[in-house]
Amino acid sequence: MAETFLDSTELVLNMGPQHPSTHGVLRVIIKLDGEKVLGTDCVIGYLHRGVEKLGENRTYQQFAPYVDRMDYVAAVSNGLGYCLAVEKLLGVEAPPRAQAVRVILTELNRIASHLVWLGTHALDIGAITPLFYCFRERELALNIFEKYCGARLTTHAFRIGGLQYETYEGFEKEVLEFCDIFLPKADEYEELLTGNRIWVERMRNVGILNTADCKAFGVTGPMLRASGEKWDLRKAQPYSGYEKYDFEIPIGERGDNFDRYIVRMEEMRQAVRIMRQAVASIPEGPIMAKVPKVIKPPAGEVYVSIEAPKGELGYYIVSDGSTLPYRVRVRPPSFVNLQSLDKMARGSLVADLVAIIGTIDIVLGEVDR
Amino acid sequence: MKRLLRKIFLVDLLEGLRVTFRNQNPKQIVTEQYPAERPKVAERYRGAPRLNTNPENGETLCISCDLCALACPENLIVVGWVRNPETKRKDLVTFTYDTSRCMFCGLCEDACPVDCLELTQDFELANYSRNGAIWDRQMLEEGPRPTSYKY
Repeated sequence: MAETFLDSTELVLNMGPQHPSTHGVLRVIIKLDGEKVLGTDCVIGYLHRGVEKLGENRTYQQFAPYVDRMDYVAAVSNGLGYCLAVEKLLGVEAPPRAQAVRVILTELNRIASHLVWLGTHALDIGAITPLFYCFRERELALNIFEKYCGARLTTHAFRIGGLQYETYEGFEKEVLEFCDIFLPKADEYEELLTGNRIWVERMRNVGILNTADCKAFGVTGPMLRASGEKWDLRKAQPYSGYEKYDFEIPIGERGDNFDRYIVRMEEMRQAVRIMRQAVASIPEGPIMAKVPKVIKPPAGEVYVSIEAPKGELGYYIVSDGSTLPYRVRVRPPSFVNLQSLDKMARGSLVADLVAIIGTIDIVLGEVDR
Repeated sequence: MKRLLRKIFLVDLLEGLRVTFRNQNPKQIVTEQYPAERPKVAERYRGAPRLNTNPENGETLCISCDLCALACPENLIVVGWVRNPETKRKDLVTFTYDTSRCMFCGLCEDACPVDCLELTQDFELANYSRNGAIWDRQMLEEGPRPTSYKY
């Protein structure tokens, strides 16, 4: 007995579901040879709430608050995707003013989401300071959400056909103030992390995923861009007036953890750039298109995808002509991106696995739905 | 050579420490002393529900139209009413609102045609029992009584 035990070098371990670095309740079964990872297997579903099924039992307006609860750190993006999908089904378009406000809030949410990612990921790697700094700046963004729509996290900011709330007094000024405060702070995070030898050693050449693998797995968002593919739905299939704004798509070279970090940092700066343009060109006019009180879209199906902070967020809605959707299917970016974990982690060390899970930027509320 | 010197003298780590010390200014403290100092929430904050009454005679503004109950995604509002034989109008009798299931989406206050049901700025909704989370008409009209703490 003892002999076979000593001979065998493989060990199967559970990481999670209550592991602090799994960003929620993700259980990863890892097969180890010493410290080396031979393979991983994700067990998901601990946070399953049946959101898609709930959608079949709610009217179109009633389902809108639920989508905020999938990717709860980027609730505004979720709401935008859902509203765009139903609007396409109805054949209406939000007025220009509503579109501009939507862009501002979504980009603000992109920054907030990336800040949560940066803070928690740095915490996983062992740097605790960035977490406090990131959450301090995120607080400013959340305050703007709170003043605009009355909620900080699960915002329910947009309605089908436009906006429910007009912007408050001083909205533009506060957004511009946030932009001015945020840019030097972003440099500060980079000062803390980019040159730091521990950070670089933990991130460089770890978790490499090349473009071909990204496409094979359907990986989107910053992970795809870090591998060198210039693909952003805001440019490729512009929605909500993104074609009017001038911004760059940051890309990486190697597709490793460090590139993903650089891409996300640069994305936050580009989001500031978009917000400044949107605030400068925010038109006057109505904020709600003509949408009937009881939404009864014609029978049909629609797929609308947007560039959420984590990747391509798609909504596939089938309508049978009644007030309830026949089917609501969500294509969550985190769920799809998580599938590439095994490919990246194979051959790396356990500590690198923690770093890789961090850079995928998963939110378990969205993975399990 | 320069890189080697930087590495030996821990320049990169010291640069990080410089940022940390730059943020040590006591003026920049952002921590809130919560129960002692209550945060001022935004005007549009969606918190505890309230049934507004007419400030002059204290009568409820609710017209028992049931629109809030229909708008609610969780079906947590129950409106009880009787038809008044004299005025032919519906008189509100009971109104229950289950705050334990509420997700504060604000669809009910959007649906209210007379500005009666409103989500207010009170945010302390904790209860010692599940039944305490189900608010009746009286509780909704009076609003929650936030505890004040003494130190």
